[in-house]
Amino acid sequence: MPDAGPALAVDHLTKRFGSRAAFEDVSFSVARGEVFGFLGPNGAGKTTMVRTLGTLLEPSAGSATVVGLPLTADNGVEIRRRTAVMPESPGLYLRLSVRENLDCFAGLYGTEAPRRRIEAALAAVNLADRAEDPCGTLSKGLRQRVALARALLSDPQLLFLDEPTAGLDPVAAREVHALIEGLRERGVTIFLTTHRLEEAERLCDRVAILRTSLRTIGRPAELRAQLFAAALTVATAAPLPDPAAVFAGLPGVTGWRADGAGRYELAVADPAVAAPAVTRALVAADADVLSIVEAHHSLEDVYLELIEDDPETVAR
Amino acid sequence: MTIDGGRVRAIFRKEIREIQRNRSLLLAMSVLPLVFLIQPLVAVLGLSERAAGALRDEHVLLYLLGIPILVPPVIAATAIAGERQQGTLEPVLTTPIRREELLLGKALAALVPSIAIALVVDALFLIVVAVFAQPGIASSMVNAPDLIAQLVFIPLLAAWSVWVGLAVSTRTSDMRVAQQLALLANVPLVFVVALVAFGVIEPTRQLAITLAVALVILDTSGWRVAARLFDRERLIAGTRD
Repeated sequence: MPDAGPALAVDHLTKRFGSRAAFEDVSFSVARGEVFGFLGPNGAGKTTMVRTLGTLLEPSAGSATVVGLPLTADNGVEIRRRTAVMPESPGLYLRLSVRENLDCFAGLYGTEAPRRRIEAALAAVNLADRAEDPCGTLSKGLRQRVALARALLSDPQLLFLDEPTAGLDPVAAREVHALIEGLRERGVTIFLTTHRLEEAERLCDRVAILRTSLRTIGRPAELRAQLFAAALTVATAAPLPDPAAVFAGLPGVTGWRADGAGRYELAVADPAVAAPAVTRALVAADADVLSIVEAHHSLEDVYLELIEDDPETVAR
Repeated sequence: MTIDGGRVRAIFRKEIREIQRNRSLLLAMSVLPLVFLIQPLVAVLGLSERAAGALRDEHVLLYLLGIPILVPPVIAATAIAGERQQGTLEPVLTTPIRREELLLGKALAALVPSIAIALVVDALFLIVVAVFAQPGIASSMVNAPDLIAQLVFIPLLAAWSVWVGLAVSTRTSDMRVAQQLALLANVPLVFVVALVAFGVIEPTRQLAITLAVALVILDTSGWRVAARLFDRERLIAGTRD
């Protein structure tokens, strides 16, 4: 039953070019309707992964199932029929109008009622009023939107977006984010490669971090929890005379360290339990408390923690 | 393997639109036929009526067969290398299109204008000779076998030339280099045509049939050869596993 199961299941997949591994022994799965982020530094193998799963390149080892179909050369046409790829570069025919570009791809996908589909795709990316403009006259952001409209023409079950906001200004990037959120609401499974971490954090249900091999995978919050212990950051108007006497032995506080004048980072088991105790202790010590907040680690912290600890990065 | 006509048509339509809007390509497509038109015209229009007899032994009209040999590579050689250079090949290959369909669409888009140009130049040549050449020149130069040879060999030579252009294009990363290599590859064929046109090789019926059959075989196999040379992985990644 091809439509059951995950949208994407990758099992020990490897792609080599000669002796160089683009990615190696990568395994993960993506549920239907999920927005899955694939992060990694330049040259980590993200684009090669998209090209391999999109049947443009043959894997060197391992296996994968894409929209229920085994990733084999024989299934290439059917996999490409059910999926769409938006490459990093829009790759538009610049002498042709937006509509003519979409018309060509509607023909290649064998789209039923192509005119209606083209109008719907143009409307989805807010480009109906630029349909007759030659693509060569469009800004980079608008070209990216045309490329997204092109990817939507076939109503794909799985959409690969390779660095969709690369090189875009913040306004254009925000527009693309809004379009991706719209697709998520429509239930489209999205495989998003990016090195914009705030983008992944905002859009993705789960993320994987790749550096030739898979470094980690999970929900952003889970990854933070895996890598960073819960902590409270305390700020007081003046340094405490004896912070050890204040923080030691408090319920839920497992350790502490000074982090500058009047700033303390407390390792805690559960911030909800520790925060009231810390507040009471500070008040009892007659400290002028400025703030007690739970330390928040971004996906960027997770990413940097994993990438900077990487032997390849250390070697550079 | 089944060929999806819709996908072939989509590529063909797109290619024709691009050719129509590519001025440098249109210029290149016009210059070569003009050379092939003007050169024999100057020679023929300068002839006196007495030269009519000598013309019966030559086949000036066949000289124009150089056009269907040299125009198609200008278009076909850019077909894959050009798409690769502009970054448009990858999006096309992410669609359900098969390489054979892509090549067929591109081949037709190079073949149709090339044949049209060759026929138009032939017609222009005949009209100008009929109107402006000395009396007797046209009747001694134009004969039914040469006209039939034009109609038979224009599409056959053009098709062969298209496959050569496409084959070169699949293996070259720069479209200018692809054009030059494809033109170079077809020069020997132009040389043979010139030898026939100027009577060095006697154009017998048997020779014509043999060449026509050979070209039909080459044209049919050319598609398969070009498809084999079309390596999706090398074209996208620039290298192979």
